[in-house]
Amino acid sequence: MIRSHVLICGGTGCSSSGSVKLSEKLAEELKAKGLDQEIKIVLTGCFGLCALGPIMIVYPEGTFYSRVTLDDIPEIVSEHLEKGRIVERLVYNETDAAANGEEELEAASLSETTFYKKQKRVALRNCGVINPENIDEYIAMDGYFALEKALREMTPDEVIQTVLDSGLRGRGGGGFPTGLKWKFASGNRGQVKKYVACNADEGDPGAFMDRSILEGDPHAVIEAMAIAAYAIGADEGYVYVRAEYPIAVHRLQIAIDQAREYGLLGENIFGTGFNFDMKIRLGAGAFVCGEETALMTSIEGNRGEPRPRPPFPAVKGLFDQPTVLNNVETYANIPQIILNGVEWFTSMGTEKSKGTKVFALGGKITNTGLVEVPMGTTLREVIEEIGGGIPNGKKFKAAQTGGPSGGCIPASLIDTPIDYDNLTAIGCMMGSGGLIVMDEDNCMVDIAKFFLEFTVDESCGKCTPCRVGTRRLLEILDKIISGNGEMEDLDRMEELCEYIKSASLCGLGQTAPNPVIATLKFFRDEYIAHIVDKKCPAGVCKSLMSYVIDKEKCIGCGKCLKNCPADAITKTDYVAPGHKLPSLSIDASKCVKCGACVSGCKFGAIYKD
Amino acid sequence: MKSLEELKAIKAKMQDKVVLRKSSGDIRIVVGMATCGIAAGARPVLNAFVQGINEAGLGESVIVTQTGCIGICQYEPVVEVYTKDAEKVTYVKMTAEKAAEVIEKHIKGGKPVAEYTINANKK
Repeated sequence: MIRSHVLICGGTGCSSSGSVKLSEKLAEELKAKGLDQEIKIVLTGCFGLCALGPIMIVYPEGTFYSRVTLDDIPEIVSEHLEKGRIVERLVYNETDAAANGEEELEAASLSETTFYKKQKRVALRNCGVINPENIDEYIAMDGYFALEKALREMTPDEVIQTVLDSGLRGRGGGGFPTGLKWKFASGNRGQVKKYVACNADEGDPGAFMDRSILEGDPHAVIEAMAIAAYAIGADEGYVYVRAEYPIAVHRLQIAIDQAREYGLLGENIFGTGFNFDMKIRLGAGAFVCGEETALMTSIEGNRGEPRPRPPFPAVKGLFDQPTVLNNVETYANIPQIILNGVEWFTSMGTEKSKGTKVFALGGKITNTGLVEVPMGTTLREVIEEIGGGIPNGKKFKAAQTGGPSGGCIPASLIDTPIDYDNLTAIGCMMGSGGLIVMDEDNCMVDIAKFFLEFTVDESCGKCTPCRVGTRRLLEILDKIISGNGEMEDLDRMEELCEYIKSASLCGLGQTAPNPVIATLKFFRDEYIAHIVDKKCPAGVCKSLMSYVIDKEKCIGCGKCLKNCPADAITKTDYVAPGHKLPSLSIDASKCVKCGACVSGCKFGAIYKD
Repeated sequence: MKSLEELKAIKAKMQDKVVLRKSSGDIRIVVGMATCGIAAGARPVLNAFVQGINEAGLGESVIVTQTGCIGICQYEPVVEVYTKDAEKVTYVKMTAEKAAEVIEKHIKGGKPVAEYTINANKK
């Protein structure tokens, strides 16, 4: 008889910090203690709080252990699992009742912590709750009931109408109404071969929402694709997923095999005569393959390059047949909408953006991880409350949404409710959901350069505005960063951005200038500081800063002299009052700006200028 | 998979396996499982509660869990029952048989079994 479940996060984040080994060790310990018949170990998907991994939750108590190491396992087994004494030192401090001064040693429930309190989990509802490699657990959470309902109780047109009415919009970045996409592809059912496809080619730096859904709840995607296939009259599906996501690919394949075994994929599903099966296609990691036409070209076995639209995929997609292509997170919402209805879904979100959105929080933030909030939640709530704020008492400067295709939201707009239209209005983009937080130590010119370097690398080269335009843009940025910029360069960049935006063939090029446009709009003063004062205000751009020794503070100990790899530090003739040895100085022409001198100086005598 | 019934059967079969993770915990049955408790025979008591609650299908609202030593070792095995709006009931010198009775009368019926409580056993 099982009396307790130990859930261990098996997502990529916690796996890389050793969670799989933890589960093996735990199994060993339980066996040794003879508890293996009473306590069950479940490897789940991502809980979201990746910063504190590896994460372990013990049910029924709901005890939330964070940063568990192999050495902690024997203690957890003999104290908590055997004797019922919770190992307080490992409990996530917010759920730790003792630390919060409560008398009853009853841990606060997880959903009450600031990280989870404001979240609303729809797409992530099963992540960190079920074992993704067991279809029965998915079914226990109402899995495949939506497919049954769609097939048995609804006509294909009713399914499309439901998705239309729900107001669900594409979560991959564009925000196109999903129901409309399905409607466009729904003509001539039964007469033409059609396809459904899933875009899991998540390429934005810092984004991992789709990966976590595939790892934590792969059946939700399969079920949704089957529903989409029924709605438009398709019988074959493809999931295009990056080969860099081995855990996601592995679990998705297991899920497909299990669904086939249960007859939830294949022929005559639920005895309704509806046939549907699907395959995985691995992407080699080209960013452009996240663009829909390039993705489909790649599935067909050709070099992943985009083609002009129209014709849109709904008319002429995979193998020239009508195709519906949606993002992983979009699909993950579908079964819930079918089961719970339009009203439930439209009760969340803003007027034109319904439901929730998953964000991957990264950068200068305490709780890096995965969060899902209702549309219309403000950036402040996401960063300061759920995200736990900026570490080390630094000041929030900006948040980058949408990765290399998006823009930045400056601190002055931190109270903007996040939805598609508000972000577009301020020149940003929802993007797929990467949210990179930057503090006062980040140089915005450098950030623009980082994203532009990425798009220059990833441009497929098919069209000139993107291939050559982004390269020229990067050259101008380099010129500014190296201290040779002129004020005219800003106008040149703005002009070039417009050309690239309007003339590029696909979304990659059309959005590539966004980081430059947004930083020019909100942080023009930083560009001007680089050009006119030849200074980098954040002290990031090496060509524009130098290390200087304060000769009054320097005691001449020689530590920095020893640390310097470039022999750039020499003795001076000056002895500061109260000191015995002559102070040192840095020869700017030799200095490589590695910072080794600063980190070694105990007297705070070296500073950035 | 041919019918809704098959799907429902799987869901029902799995229900008691995943219910542990989503129980509301309106009632908490806490078994003292420190060294003193285990020595006095707390393990069969714990197992009896786990099994009994499961068989009664009460997993959605009842949590069976353990705790350490609460300092009345002479009364072990000790079981405490926390109900949402009522006072905590402490049962002492429990056995598997007494556990079954507590589930039947207290958890299901809402009336604590007075003769097994600590007050009835104080000398």
